[in-house]
Amino acid sequence: MSNLTPEDRSERRLDVAGWPVRVCSYRLGDTYFCTIDNVDPGARVARSRGATREEAEKLALQRAEERLAATRRRAG
Amino acid sequence: MSYAAPEVLVDTDWVANHLDDPDVRVAEVDVDTSAYDQGHVPGAVGWNWTTQLCDTVVRDVTPPGELAMLLGESGISPDTTIVLYGDNNNWFAAWAFWQLKMYGHDDVRIMDGGRAKWIAEGRELSTEAASHSGTAYPVPEADRSLRSFLPEVQEAVEAHSAGLVDVRSPAEFTGEILAPPGLPETCQRGGHIPGAANIPWGKAVNEDGTFRTADELIELYEGAGITRGRPVITYCRIGERSSHSWFVLKYLLGYDDVRNYDGSWTEWGNLVGAPVER
Repeated sequence: MSNLTPEDRSERRLDVAGWPVRVCSYRLGDTYFCTIDNVDPGARVARSRGATREEAEKLALQRAEERLAATRRRAG
Repeated sequence: MSYAAPEVLVDTDWVANHLDDPDVRVAEVDVDTSAYDQGHVPGAVGWNWTTQLCDTVVRDVTPPGELAMLLGESGISPDTTIVLYGDNNNWFAAWAFWQLKMYGHDDVRIMDGGRAKWIAEGRELSTEAASHSGTAYPVPEADRSLRSFLPEVQEAVEAHSAGLVDVRSPAEFTGEILAPPGLPETCQRGGHIPGAANIPWGKAVNEDGTFRTADELIELYEGAGITRGRPVITYCRIGERSSHSWFVLKYLLGYDDVRNYDGSWTEWGNLVGAPVER
Protein backbone atom coordinates (compact mmCIF):
# COMPACT_ATOMS: atom_id res chain seq x y z
CA MET A 1 0.00 0.00 0.00
CA SER A 2 1.35 3.43 -0.88
CA ASN A 3 0.82 5.61 2.13
CA LEU A 4 1.90 9.22 2.03
CA THR A 5 1.91 11.96 4.59
CA PRO A 6 0.35 15.33 3.75
CA GLU A 7 2.95 18.08 4.13
CA ASP A 8 3.37 21.81 3.73
CA ARG A 9 -0.27 22.46 4.62
CA SER A 10 -1.56 25.99 4.37
CA GLU A 11 -4.92 27.55 5.12
CA ARG A 12 -6.14 31.10 4.67
CA ARG A 13 -9.35 33.05 4.27
CA LEU A 14 -10.20 35.57 1.63
CA ASP A 15 -13.14 36.96 -0.34
CA VAL A 16 -13.95 35.61 -3.80
CA ALA A 17 -16.75 37.22 -5.82
CA GLY A 18 -18.01 38.80 -2.62
CA TRP A 19 -18.16 35.60 -0.61
CA PRO A 20 -15.85 34.57 2.22
CA VAL A 21 -13.94 31.40 1.41
CA ARG A 22 -11.32 29.23 3.01
CA VAL A 23 -8.41 28.15 0.81
CA CYS A 24 -6.63 25.03 2.00
CA SER A 25 -3.72 23.36 0.24
CA TYR A 26 -1.18 20.65 1.01
CA ARG A 27 1.37 18.50 -0.75
CA LEU A 28 0.96 14.75 -1.07
CA GLY A 29 3.98 13.18 -2.72
CA ASP A 30 4.76 15.24 -5.80
CA THR A 31 1.36 16.85 -6.07
CA TYR A 32 -0.20 19.87 -4.42
CA PHE A 33 -3.92 19.68 -3.70
CA CYS A 34 -6.09 22.71 -3.10
CA THR A 35 -9.67 22.90 -1.84
CA ILE A 36 -11.82 25.99 -1.46
CA ASP A 37 -14.97 26.05 0.62
CA ASN A 38 -17.51 28.74 1.31
CA VAL A 39 -17.01 29.52 4.96
CA ASP A 40 -20.74 29.74 5.58
CA PRO A 41 -22.08 27.11 5.31
CA GLY A 42 -18.82 25.28 4.63
CA ALA A 43 -19.43 23.50 1.36
CA ARG A 44 -16.57 22.80 -0.99
CA VAL A 45 -16.87 24.90 -4.11
CA ALA A 46 -13.62 24.04 -5.89
CA ARG A 47 -10.86 21.49 -5.83
CA SER A 48 -7.72 21.25 -7.93
CA ARG A 49 -4.23 19.83 -8.07
CA GLY A 50 -0.93 21.02 -9.49
CA ALA A 51 2.82 20.62 -9.46
CA THR A 52 3.17 23.67 -7.21
CA ARG A 53 0.98 25.32 -4.59
CA GLU A 54 0.61 28.38 -6.80
CA GLU A 55 -0.59 26.30 -9.73
CA ALA A 56 -3.09 24.33 -7.64
CA GLU A 57 -4.47 27.42 -5.89
CA LYS A 58 -4.70 29.46 -9.08
CA LEU A 59 -6.82 26.82 -10.77
CA ALA A 60 -9.04 26.31 -7.74
CA LEU A 61 -9.55 30.06 -7.33
CA GLN A 62 -10.58 30.37 -10.99
CA ARG A 63 -13.17 27.64 -10.53
CA ALA A 64 -14.40 29.12 -7.27
CA GLU A 65 -14.72 32.56 -8.86
CA GLU A 66 -16.87 31.15 -11.66
CA ARG A 67 -19.18 29.29 -9.31
CA LEU A 68 -19.50 31.95 -6.64
CA ALA A 69 -20.09 34.73 -9.15
CA ALA A 70 -23.14 32.82 -10.34
CA THR A 71 -24.75 32.88 -6.90
CA ARG A 72 -27.69 35.27 -6.96
CA ARG A 73 -28.72 37.40 -4.02
CA ARG A 74 -32.37 38.32 -3.81
CA ALA A 75 -33.72 41.52 -2.41
CA GLY A 76 -35.79 41.07 0.72
CA MET B 1 -22.64 17.24 31.16
CA SER B 2 -21.22 14.64 28.80
CA TYR B 3 -22.57 13.39 25.49
CA ALA B 4 -25.60 11.12 25.76
CA ALA B 5 -23.95 8.42 23.62
CA PRO B 6 -20.22 9.20 23.68
CA GLU B 7 -19.37 5.88 22.04
CA VAL B 8 -20.65 7.10 18.65
CA LEU B 9 -17.84 9.62 18.39
CA VAL B 10 -14.21 8.59 18.00
CA ASP B 11 -11.20 10.82 17.61
CA THR B 12 -8.46 10.58 15.02
CA ASP B 13 -6.12 8.84 17.47
CA TRP B 14 -8.68 6.09 18.01
CA VAL B 15 -9.00 5.56 14.27
CA ALA B 16 -5.21 5.55 13.79
CA ASN B 17 -4.96 2.86 16.45
CA HIS B 18 -7.63 0.68 14.82
CA LEU B 19 -6.55 0.76 11.18
CA ASP B 20 -5.67 -2.93 11.29
CA ASP B 21 -8.52 -3.99 13.54
CA PRO B 22 -10.52 -6.62 11.61
CA ASP B 23 -13.66 -5.74 13.57
CA VAL B 24 -13.54 -2.12 12.45
CA ARG B 25 -14.23 -0.82 8.97
CA VAL B 26 -13.54 2.82 8.16
CA ALA B 27 -15.58 4.42 5.38
CA GLU B 28 -15.07 7.83 3.78
CA VAL B 29 -18.15 9.62 2.45
CA ASP B 30 -17.53 13.01 0.85
CA VAL B 31 -19.62 15.75 -0.66
CA ASP B 32 -16.92 15.95 -3.28
CA THR B 33 -16.85 12.39 -4.53
CA SER B 34 -13.37 12.76 -6.01
CA ALA B 35 -11.76 13.48 -2.64
CA TYR B 36 -11.29 9.80 -1.75
CA ASP B 37 -9.07 9.25 -4.78
CA GLN B 38 -6.83 12.09 -3.68
CA GLY B 39 -5.85 10.31 -0.50
CA HIS B 40 -7.84 8.69 2.28
CA VAL B 41 -7.36 7.01 5.63
CA PRO B 42 -5.39 3.82 4.90
CA GLY B 43 -7.74 0.86 4.55
CA ALA B 44 -10.85 3.02 4.36
CA VAL B 45 -13.44 2.19 1.77
CA GLY B 46 -14.97 5.05 -0.20
CA TRP B 47 -18.73 5.37 -0.61
CA ASN B 48 -20.21 7.65 -3.23
CA TRP B 49 -23.31 9.41 -1.92
CA THR B 50 -24.58 10.18 -5.43
CA THR B 51 -24.62 6.56 -6.56
CA GLN B 52 -24.32 4.31 -3.50
CA LEU B 53 -26.13 6.11 -0.71
CA CYS B 54 -29.34 6.94 -2.49
CA ASP B 55 -31.82 5.43 -4.87
CA THR B 56 -30.58 6.47 -8.28
CA VAL B 57 -34.03 6.30 -9.92
CA VAL B 58 -36.55 7.47 -7.33
CA ARG B 59 -35.60 10.30 -4.99
CA ASP B 60 -35.07 8.23 -1.87
CA VAL B 61 -32.50 6.75 0.46
CA THR B 62 -30.57 3.64 -0.50
CA PRO B 63 -32.89 0.68 -1.13
CA PRO B 64 -32.32 -2.03 1.51
CA GLY B 65 -31.00 -4.60 -0.94
CA GLU B 66 -28.48 -2.17 -2.36
CA LEU B 67 -27.32 -1.14 1.09
CA ALA B 68 -26.83 -4.78 2.03
CA MET B 69 -24.78 -5.24 -1.14
CA LEU B 70 -22.65 -2.16 -0.43
CA LEU B 71 -21.95 -3.28 3.13
CA GLY B 72 -21.20 -6.83 2.01
CA GLU B 73 -18.79 -5.62 -0.68
CA SER B 74 -17.10 -3.47 1.94
CA GLY B 75 -16.44 -6.53 4.07
CA ILE B 76 -18.92 -5.44 6.71
CA SER B 77 -21.06 -7.82 8.74
CA PRO B 78 -23.76 -6.87 11.27
CA ASP B 79 -21.14 -7.11 14.04
CA THR B 80 -18.65 -4.78 12.41
CA THR B 81 -17.91 -1.38 13.92
CA ILE B 82 -18.31 1.13 11.10
CA VAL B 83 -16.43 4.41 11.46
CA LEU B 84 -17.50 7.15 9.08
CA TYR B 85 -15.71 10.32 8.15
CA GLY B 86 -15.69 12.75 5.26
CA ASP B 87 -15.17 16.25 3.99
CA ASN B 88 -17.23 19.33 4.81
CA ASN B 89 -17.20 18.57 8.52
CA ASN B 90 -18.69 15.12 8.01
CA TRP B 91 -21.88 16.22 6.23
CA PHE B 92 -22.27 13.05 4.22
CA ALA B 93 -20.64 10.90 6.87
CA ALA B 94 -23.61 11.95 8.99
CA TRP B 95 -25.92 11.20 6.06
CA ALA B 96 -24.48 7.67 5.91
CA PHE B 97 -24.72 7.37 9.71
CA TRP B 98 -28.41 8.31 9.58
CA GLN B 99 -29.13 5.71 6.92
CA LEU B 100 -27.16 3.00 8.68
CA LYS B 101 -29.07 3.62 11.91
CA MET B 102 -32.34 3.64 9.99
CA TYR B 103 -31.40 0.26 8.64
CA GLY B 104 -30.48 -0.98 12.09
CA HIS B 105 -26.70 -1.38 11.97
CA ASP B 106 -25.73 -1.56 15.60
CA ASP B 107 -22.29 -0.03 15.92
CA VAL B 108 -21.75 3.06 13.80
CA ARG B 109 -19.42 5.88 14.77
CA ILE B 110 -18.20 9.16 13.37
CA MET B 111 -14.58 10.33 13.37
CA ASP B 112 -14.69 13.72 15.06
CA GLY B 113 -13.31 16.44 12.81
CA GLY B 114 -13.53 14.33 9.69
CA ARG B 115 -11.17 14.35 6.75
CA ALA B 116 -9.91 17.89 7.32
CA LYS B 117 -8.69 17.13 10.84
CA TRP B 118 -6.95 13.94 9.74
CA ILE B 119 -5.07 15.88 7.07
CA ALA B 120 -4.38 18.87 9.34
CA GLU B 121 -2.71 16.51 11.80
CA GLY B 122 -0.42 15.24 9.04
CA ARG B 123 -1.61 11.68 9.30
CA GLU B 124 -0.91 9.12 6.60
CA LEU B 125 -3.08 8.93 3.52
CA SER B 126 -3.41 6.15 1.00
CA THR B 127 -4.09 6.71 -2.67
CA GLU B 128 -5.00 3.08 -3.34
CA ALA B 129 -8.62 1.99 -3.18
CA ALA B 130 -9.08 -0.39 -0.27
CA SER B 131 -10.20 -3.92 -0.97
CA HIS B 132 -11.74 -6.23 1.60
CA SER B 133 -13.13 -9.75 1.46
CA GLY B 134 -16.84 -9.64 0.83
CA THR B 135 -19.51 -10.78 3.24
CA ALA B 136 -23.19 -11.62 2.87
CA TYR B 137 -24.86 -8.77 4.76
CA PRO B 138 -28.51 -9.54 5.46
CA VAL B 139 -31.05 -7.27 3.81
CA PRO B 140 -32.24 -4.90 6.53
CA GLU B 141 -35.61 -3.32 7.28
CA ALA B 142 -35.91 0.41 7.71
CA ASP B 143 -36.80 2.10 10.99
CA ARG B 144 -39.16 4.85 9.88
CA SER B 145 -39.06 6.61 13.23
CA LEU B 146 -35.84 8.39 12.31
CA ARG B 147 -37.20 10.01 9.18
CA SER B 148 -39.93 12.53 8.36
CA PHE B 149 -41.86 12.66 5.13
CA LEU B 150 -43.71 15.66 3.75
CA PRO B 151 -47.18 14.83 5.18
CA GLU B 152 -45.73 14.54 8.69
CA VAL B 153 -43.97 17.86 8.35
CA GLN B 154 -47.12 19.54 7.05
CA GLU B 155 -49.05 18.13 9.98
CA ALA B 156 -46.40 19.28 12.43
CA VAL B 157 -46.51 22.80 10.99
CA GLU B 158 -50.27 22.97 11.22
CA ALA B 159 -50.54 21.47 14.70
CA HIS B 160 -47.33 23.02 16.09
CA SER B 161 -46.56 19.53 17.28
CA ALA B 162 -42.80 19.45 16.67
CA GLY B 163 -39.82 21.74 16.86
CA LEU B 164 -38.64 22.41 13.34
CA VAL B 165 -34.92 23.07 12.96
CA ASP B 166 -33.71 24.66 9.74
CA VAL B 167 -29.96 24.06 9.76
CA ARG B 168 -29.13 26.10 6.66
CA SER B 169 -27.28 29.40 6.73
CA PRO B 170 -29.18 32.55 7.72
CA ALA B 171 -29.05 33.80 4.10
CA GLU B 172 -30.78 30.63 2.91
CA PHE B 173 -33.25 30.79 5.80
CA THR B 174 -34.34 34.30 4.88
CA GLY B 175 -34.50 33.54 1.18
CA GLU B 176 -31.68 35.91 0.26
CA ILE B 177 -30.04 32.99 -1.53
CA LEU B 178 -31.55 29.72 -2.72
CA ALA B 179 -28.50 27.51 -2.21
CA PRO B 180 -25.15 27.69 -0.45
CA PRO B 181 -22.83 30.07 -2.33
CA GLY B 182 -21.36 28.31 -5.36
CA LEU B 183 -23.82 25.42 -5.34
CA PRO B 184 -26.74 24.91 -7.72
CA GLU B 185 -30.15 26.35 -6.92
CA THR B 186 -32.62 23.50 -6.49
CA CYS B 187 -35.83 25.30 -5.56
CA GLN B 188 -38.28 27.81 -6.94
CA ARG B 189 -38.79 29.83 -3.79
CA GLY B 190 -36.57 31.02 -0.97
CA GLY B 191 -37.37 31.21 2.70
CA HIS B 192 -38.19 28.62 5.31
CA ILE B 193 -40.96 26.39 6.65
CA PRO B 194 -43.28 28.43 8.90
CA GLY B 195 -42.32 28.23 12.54
CA ALA B 196 -38.86 26.79 11.99
CA ALA B 197 -35.94 27.88 14.14
CA ASN B 198 -32.73 28.70 12.29
CA ILE B 199 -29.87 26.86 13.96
CA PRO B 200 -27.15 26.49 11.32
CA TRP B 201 -25.38 23.14 11.45
CA GLY B 202 -22.02 24.92 11.70
CA LYS B 203 -22.86 26.26 15.13
CA ALA B 204 -22.57 22.69 16.42
CA VAL B 205 -18.90 22.42 15.55
CA ASN B 206 -15.64 24.08 16.48
CA GLU B 207 -13.25 25.71 14.02
CA ASP B 208 -11.43 22.39 13.51
CA GLY B 209 -14.68 20.57 12.70
CA THR B 210 -14.96 18.71 16.00
CA PHE B 211 -18.28 18.83 17.80
CA ARG B 212 -18.85 21.37 20.53
CA THR B 213 -19.25 20.19 24.10
CA ALA B 214 -22.57 18.88 25.33
CA ASP B 215 -23.07 21.97 27.48
CA GLU B 216 -22.48 24.26 24.51
CA LEU B 217 -24.85 22.23 22.36
CA ILE B 218 -27.59 22.26 24.98
CA GLU B 219 -27.28 26.02 25.22
CA LEU B 220 -27.42 26.30 21.44
CA TYR B 221 -30.59 24.28 20.94
CA GLU B 222 -32.48 25.06 24.13
CA GLY B 223 -31.62 28.72 23.68
CA ALA B 224 -33.49 28.58 20.38
CA GLY B 225 -36.46 26.81 21.91
CA ILE B 226 -35.62 23.30 20.78
CA THR B 227 -36.09 21.35 23.95
CA ARG B 228 -36.11 17.66 24.81
CA GLY B 229 -39.46 16.08 25.48
CA ARG B 230 -40.94 17.43 22.26
CA PRO B 231 -40.51 15.86 18.79
CA VAL B 232 -37.90 17.55 16.62
CA ILE B 233 -37.64 17.59 12.84
CA THR B 234 -34.43 18.75 11.18
CA TYR B 235 -34.14 19.88 7.57
CA CYS B 236 -31.78 21.70 5.23
CA ARG B 237 -31.68 21.79 1.42
CA ILE B 238 -31.30 18.12 0.48
CA GLY B 239 -31.05 16.38 3.84
CA GLU B 240 -27.36 15.90 4.50
CA ARG B 241 -26.58 18.96 6.62
CA SER B 242 -29.73 18.17 8.59
CA SER B 243 -28.53 14.62 9.24
CA HIS B 244 -25.47 16.25 10.87
CA SER B 245 -27.74 18.19 13.26
CA TRP B 246 -29.97 15.12 13.64
CA PHE B 247 -26.87 13.24 14.83
CA VAL B 248 -26.11 15.96 17.36
CA LEU B 249 -29.61 16.07 18.77
CA LYS B 250 -30.21 12.31 18.77
CA TYR B 251 -26.84 10.94 19.83
CA LEU B 252 -24.80 13.70 21.43
CA LEU B 253 -27.71 15.24 23.35
CA GLY B 254 -29.98 12.21 23.61
CA TYR B 255 -33.24 13.79 22.47
CA ASP B 256 -35.78 10.95 22.15
CA ASP B 257 -37.75 11.79 19.05
CA VAL B 258 -35.63 13.41 16.35
CA ARG B 259 -36.37 12.90 12.67
CA ASN B 260 -34.55 14.02 9.58
CA TYR B 261 -36.76 15.49 6.86
CA ASP B 262 -34.54 14.63 3.91
CA GLY B 263 -37.03 16.02 1.40
CA SER B 264 -35.95 19.31 2.95
CA TRP B 265 -36.12 22.67 1.21
CA THR B 266 -35.67 21.13 -2.23
CA GLU B 267 -39.06 19.53 -1.71
CA TRP B 268 -40.84 22.23 0.31
CA GLY B 269 -39.51 25.15 -1.75
CA ASN B 270 -40.86 23.62 -4.93
CA LEU B 271 -44.35 22.75 -3.66
CA VAL B 272 -47.16 24.68 -5.29
CA GLY B 273 -49.08 26.54 -2.61
CA ALA B 274 -46.88 25.56 0.32
CA PRO B 275 -46.67 28.24 3.01
CA VAL B 276 -43.32 29.98 3.22
CA GLU B 277 -41.89 32.39 5.76
CA ARG B 278 -39.07 34.80 5.08
